[in-house]
Amino acid sequence: MSSNEKKMKKNSNFVLEFEKPLGSLLEKIDELEESNVEGCEDVIERLKKEFKELKERIYTNLQPHQRLQIARHPDRPYSLDYVKELGTNWIELHGDRSGSDDGAIVGGLLELTEGQTVVVVGNEKGRGIKEKQKRNFGMPQPWGYEKAMRLFKHAETFNLPIITLIDTPGAYPGLEAEAKGQSIAIARSIQLMSTLKVPIIAVITGEGGSGGALALGVANRVLMLEHSVYSVISPEGCAAILWRTREKSSEAATALRITAKELLDLGLIDEIITEPSGGAHKNYQSSATNIKESILRHLNQLKGFSLEELQEDRMKKFRHFGAFIG
Amino acid sequence: MGLKDLFKLKRSRKGLGVPPKEIISGEEISELWTQCKSCNTMIYNNDLKKNLMICPKCEHHFRISSYERIEQLIDAGTWEEVNCSIETDDPLKFHDLKSYADRVEAAKKTSGTTEAIITGTAKIKGYDFALGVMEFSFLGGSMGSVVGERIARLCEIAIENKFPLVLVSSSGGARMHEGLFSLMQMAKTSSSLAKLRDNNLLFISLLADPTYGGVSASFATLGDIIIAEPKAKIGFAGPRVIEETIRQKLPKNFQTAEYLLEHGQLDMVVHRKDLKNKLAQLIKMHVQMPKPEFVETGN
Ligand SMILES: [Zn+2]
Repeated sequence: MSSNEKKMKKNSNFVLEFEKPLGSLLEKIDELEESNVEGCEDVIERLKKEFKELKERIYTNLQPHQRLQIARHPDRPYSLDYVKELGTNWIELHGDRSGSDDGAIVGGLLELTEGQTVVVVGNEKGRGIKEKQKRNFGMPQPWGYEKAMRLFKHAETFNLPIITLIDTPGAYPGLEAEAKGQSIAIARSIQLMSTLKVPIIAVITGEGGSGGALALGVANRVLMLEHSVYSVISPEGCAAILWRTREKSSEAATALRITAKELLDLGLIDEIITEPSGGAHKNYQSSATNIKESILRHLNQLKGFSLEELQEDRMKKFRHFGAFIG
Repeated sequence: MGLKDLFKLKRSRKGLGVPPKEIISGEEISELWTQCKSCNTMIYNNDLKKNLMICPKCEHHFRISSYERIEQLIDAGTWEEVNCSIETDDPLKFHDLKSYADRVEAAKKTSGTTEAIITGTAKIKGYDFALGVMEFSFLGGSMGSVVGERIARLCEIAIENKFPLVLVSSSGGARMHEGLFSLMQMAKTSSSLAKLRDNNLLFISLLADPTYGGVSASFATLGDIIIAEPKAKIGFAGPRVIEETIRQKLPKNFQTAEYLLEHGQLDMVVHRKDLKNKLAQLIKMHVQMPKPEFVETGN
């Protein structure tokens, strides 16, 4: 295991249920290493090998509801973590220009590579309880989508590619949200994105929660991190309606096909971005490196497109999604 | 998502058309009467139908089927249905307590329609238009691939013929059983409507009770003009989900058409009896004519 993993273990007191066998193995190894008992090197070696194999086994056989847990891991990198790693000169821009600045959606300018400025718009769940409250746990209000739209238009005006980073449980179900038109805000953002004449790359980095996620997701390329999920409804919500109990959320998670692999097989996303071993939260930098490599490759592929072709490509892409007879 | 609340609503309305046993008994008679769920008045079914399915006493607008709606809105004998051959698939082989395939078969029987939207072209007061009407009794009017595809094709027909478009919504939201395919229909319909607007063709969205979730957060609220029926419930999230989230009581008229009008989300609330005239008038006022000479009325 890397020193980074050890560090993460100490920093993070949050261990997922299915990771627990790994944790106890790690403790044993630590204990032995610290004890300095002579002749225990062989045991340590063996345990380390065991650890590696167990880890491999756990992470290659993850069930959908376990991936969901990784996607929701409190240490998972969020948009503000990623922008620091994805490029240079991150300049955050604020406000919907109509009285509000939703913390659940962040946006700004980033130099992805030297001379290649992009507009980044992403969900932000916030680190730590205070930040989380301030950012409403990544659940946008209507004015968050207004802010996103304002930034999308900015990108179009200055011919800058748009990168969206999606990680939200969904749009906020609140009283003020309804009064201010949550539905309309989402619908308008979806429609605006479909018409923009710039390249758009959407990356699902954590939870792609329903319409609130799609409002940032109408892109020429839709990429998903290995352990991220994308769903029409939360498995808990689905279970409550169709199984009449939230306790069946694991079944719902499986039935809904929310994982990157399943969605790639269904033709609904374009690519899976590999995560560092154990999940993106184990190594922010390496996760960001993979995301950046993928974004750059897709932006390069879109370079030959005229502005009209970019719009046409996106409209056609979403026009063809559907499974029906006839 | 309001689906759970809506299903509950639907279940509680199951008795619709059947009067309470203590008042009248016997099946023969029950088919003649309906009780208004708003004021409890017993209404002759014939009277109710003649009154466009509006309670004559309290003006409560009953939910109506897609074909009843079409009949109410168009000039008799002008309906030409399209997209009939597009039918439901089961891409996820979805199975909860029942299989999706079984649910679809049952929905076809109870609703008498092939899917949760019926689309076609017709005339309204002599004006050609494209019309799509959602069917709430087909799996809660939920939007899956067929609904999305039928709307997208209807938009294309409208563009081809330079017809204005009217969509009547009544839906609990996106259909869970088709997973992300359903979510993508929000983008598909919204983007199709963008093309319609690019062609300067009018889209009037009529919101009927109830319009929620993925439908209200896509095509239904993208109308150039948005109209709702009186008291129709319209929102993104269902009231129960909101109450559970914010832990406070919601205002009495919350998520009603009137509430949305007050909050700037609708152009108007129109009584069912006035709908046809209003729609026809709006269409007439947007028909692309050769550049007119403005009639000078002053000196
Ligand atoms: Zn009544």
